[in-house]
Amino acid sequence: MTSKLVSRRDLDFVLYELLDTAALCSRARFADHSRATFDAALDLSGRIAADFFAPHNRRSDEHEPMFEDGHVRLIAEIGSALKAFTDAGLMAAGHDYEYGGMQLPLSVAKACFAYFKAANVATAAYPFLTIGAANLLLAHGSKEQIDSYARPMLAGRFFGTMCLSEPQAGSSLADIRTRAEAQGDGSYRLFGNKMWISGGEHELSENIVHLVLAKIPGGPAGAKGISLFICPKLLLRADGSTGERNDIALAGLNHKMGYRGTTNTLLNFGEGAQKPGGAAGAVAYRVGEAHQGLAYMCHMMNEARIGVGLGATMLGYTGYLHALEYARGRPQGRPAANRNPADPQVAIIEHADVRRMLLAQKTYVEGALALNLVCARLVDEQDTAQDKTAREQAGLLLDLLTPVAKSWPSQWCLEANSLAIQVHGGYGYTRDYPVEQFYRDNRLNAIHEGTHGIQALDLLGRKAVAQRGMALTLLGREIEMACKEAGARRETVLFARQLGEAAARMALTTEKLHAAGDPERTLANASLYLEMFGHVVMAWIWLRQATVAARQLADNTQEPDFYRGKLQAAAYFFRWELPKTAQWCELLQSLDATTLEMQDAWF
Amino acid sequence: MKILVPVKRVVDYNVKVRVKADQTGVETANVKMSMNPFDEIAVEEAVRLKEAGIATEVIAVSCGLLSCQETLRTALAIGADRAILVETDVELQPLAVAKLLAAVFKKESPDLVILGKQAIDDDSNQTGQMLGALLGRPQATFASKVVIEGGAAQVTREVDGGLETIKITLPAIVTTDLRLNEPRYVTLPNIMKAKKKPLENVKPADLGVDVTPRLKTLKVTEPPKRSAGVKVPDVATLVAKLKNEAKVI
Ligand SMILES: Cc1cc2nc3c(=O)[nH]c(=O)nc-3n(C[C@H](O)[C@H](O)[C@H](O)COP(=O)(O)OP(=O)(O)OC[C@H]3O[C@@H](n4cnc5c(N)ncnc54)[C@H](O)[C@@H]3O)c2cc1C
Repeated sequence: MTSKLVSRRDLDFVLYELLDTAALCSRARFADHSRATFDAALDLSGRIAADFFAPHNRRSDEHEPMFEDGHVRLIAEIGSALKAFTDAGLMAAGHDYEYGGMQLPLSVAKACFAYFKAANVATAAYPFLTIGAANLLLAHGSKEQIDSYARPMLAGRFFGTMCLSEPQAGSSLADIRTRAEAQGDGSYRLFGNKMWISGGEHELSENIVHLVLAKIPGGPAGAKGISLFICPKLLLRADGSTGERNDIALAGLNHKMGYRGTTNTLLNFGEGAQKPGGAAGAVAYRVGEAHQGLAYMCHMMNEARIGVGLGATMLGYTGYLHALEYARGRPQGRPAANRNPADPQVAIIEHADVRRMLLAQKTYVEGALALNLVCARLVDEQDTAQDKTAREQAGLLLDLLTPVAKSWPSQWCLEANSLAIQVHGGYGYTRDYPVEQFYRDNRLNAIHEGTHGIQALDLLGRKAVAQRGMALTLLGREIEMACKEAGARRETVLFARQLGEAAARMALTTEKLHAAGDPERTLANASLYLEMFGHVVMAWIWLRQATVAARQLADNTQEPDFYRGKLQAAAYFFRWELPKTAQWCELLQSLDATTLEMQDAWF
Repeated sequence: MKILVPVKRVVDYNVKVRVKADQTGVETANVKMSMNPFDEIAVEEAVRLKEAGIATEVIAVSCGLLSCQETLRTALAIGADRAILVETDVELQPLAVAKLLAAVFKKESPDLVILGKQAIDDDSNQTGQMLGALLGRPQATFASKVVIEGGAAQVTREVDGGLETIKITLPAIVTTDLRLNEPRYVTLPNIMKAKKKPLENVKPADLGVDVTPRLKTLKVTEPPKRSAGVKVPDVATLVAKLKNEAKVI
């Protein structure tokens, strides 16, 4: 049986052939590593994901968390899976040895995590939220906060959450109402309601560390008055052990379309359900400076958003592998050229239209995986590149690509899941096959961590023009380099020309949109801009993959099929997808106001 | 007490093996390789004996290509203390491996050798037995339980009729069956620690062993395809078919 989580061959291709990850081992931080240690970590991840995460993916969907006599009930397999994950040290895979970590490059750690997201995205959410929360504290917490909260999280004893959203404030965090009242001793008490909090309540870990955005009364209005707090479910005693229950009450669970194994909660802070230290109010500790909360949170967004993009990718990926297997085994009909009923039926993969659907999926999911790992590599460059300019440029490029790394897979790998259902025909629409669940699970990814629309505003309104378009210039240079290399090969020369034209169109479109002098009109079609931009970025990713494949084929590889598959997927993207951007750019450049001018009353 | 654990690098059990077009063997280029699962059980058992304070040192040994180092690193990550690679690119057959292991045995003087009862690639089920014979030491094959006490091993063996328990004097050879234990998953920190543990590289010539193959593989072919089933009208026909066609009853 070959894995239906992800193609290891493809992971190896991206890590070692496209990104030359082994080269990172010459940097001090990764000096103890070699391809062998990376491979061992990947092998281990594949095994634990297959043995502990995949088996309960369906059961977890069928038995969503229930709220019974004050406790959240989860199926037991979630706990065993997370124990296996933490016992193996995966929580700290990318962290310093000092924290019990393995100091893997983020690109390798993300490749390891890809297995878990493919196997069971809902169970995997607990550790990934925890890692995100721990990283936030490592970056902005005090030494004492790191020791008390981040260390136990990296050891898997405490789990973490991110409490941003409120019932009345989702996209618009400026409007949060949770209030933080300073106490005489430097601590705070929180009062307010947080909505949609993933992993907000469960009994999987000794403690839950909520990282909460709240406003200190008297501070600046709006987003500038938001601070970040640590608010643990159980207060810590002086020796670090867990003690009294904090004033955080579970007000209810949200019942979701997918991702069901992750508890999703409405939490009431400071409603007086508990009285820690004799008084109502959730005891909390400020992280860093007051009023800098959103900035701290944003700092961690890049990684979290790559994480969401990778989740979307892996759901698409596993769906594709399931569809591929099904298409090879399902006999139906006969070839168009031979309809003789006396001949046996052929497997549906023999039908060109089914291959179209499979090839589209392959192109979306392999492209998205490469994009996410390219972004993870940029984090590695930002952290460990030798010279300062290289580090800064990596950071700038990463900022620009992050909305795409999050949104493109959320849109197109969902489309892949839809096609996987289509390949299964009626069976795909039933719960006897897993593809419908992948689709439901994946539908979340365009919503959380900033909706598609919010990503689009971020890209067009800020990232594309940041530092006078510096990031865009950097991307242009990367694209140019890729085109130059690809232009020297017969197999890829046409693709290179096409991408060159598309990139020029994109630059012109960006310029025209911002020259309009009417921000409302400029931003009205931001979502389309994000999609156009995403397709150009994806063409760049596919061109780079195609170039490697063409080189391997020229060097007489032993695996011609693998590389021909890469070239064919690239061809699909360049012939079927990239041309769409020409029409999109035309619409964008015209500063079309059809949607802007539509009136509420006309609906 | 010192334990020697021979481990073999084989095509991963998840891989669907394919016969090479020229029928000289199975395809191994770009195929995922890992430790023979029975050997993994052997390493686990040895490490457990060490953790229980019974063994003092666990030495993993592998014979074959340089890439066997990776398999040895896995053994080290599970908990072996050091490793020995007997490096050769000659095709190794069970007798050659047994001779190499016997030479390592003489050098290291372990009290116990634990190895898989067979390797999942060639399924020979010979190495442990040959090693016992070459060394003139007792062997307990197909172990599902091993208890060490007073210079002897009490070993429960999985035999056709059920379980058999025997007692053998150390030094001895034990081969593992599937139920002996459930091997642990390695951890990331242990993968890093394994990198720093000693791994010695020797050649068959250093051990004075001639590994020239004695058997010649004429041809390797796919097993016959399973043919389509048939429906039988009644039990009598089924019995008749089993008796006359399948010849299984
Ligand atoms: C399963 C799940 C898990 C979640 N986990 C967490 C979590 O752990 N922690 C946490 O803090 N939050 C979490 N969220 C919340 C999530 O981040 C929000 O749902 C999301 O930010 C959108 O907010 P909202 O639901 O209030 O929708 P709204 O903000 O009301 O948005 C509704 C629609 O309006 C659009 N819209 C809103 N504002 C604008 C604008 N200015 N311009 C253009 N379009 C706009 C949006 O794009 C969207 O299409 C989770 C949500 C879900 C569903």
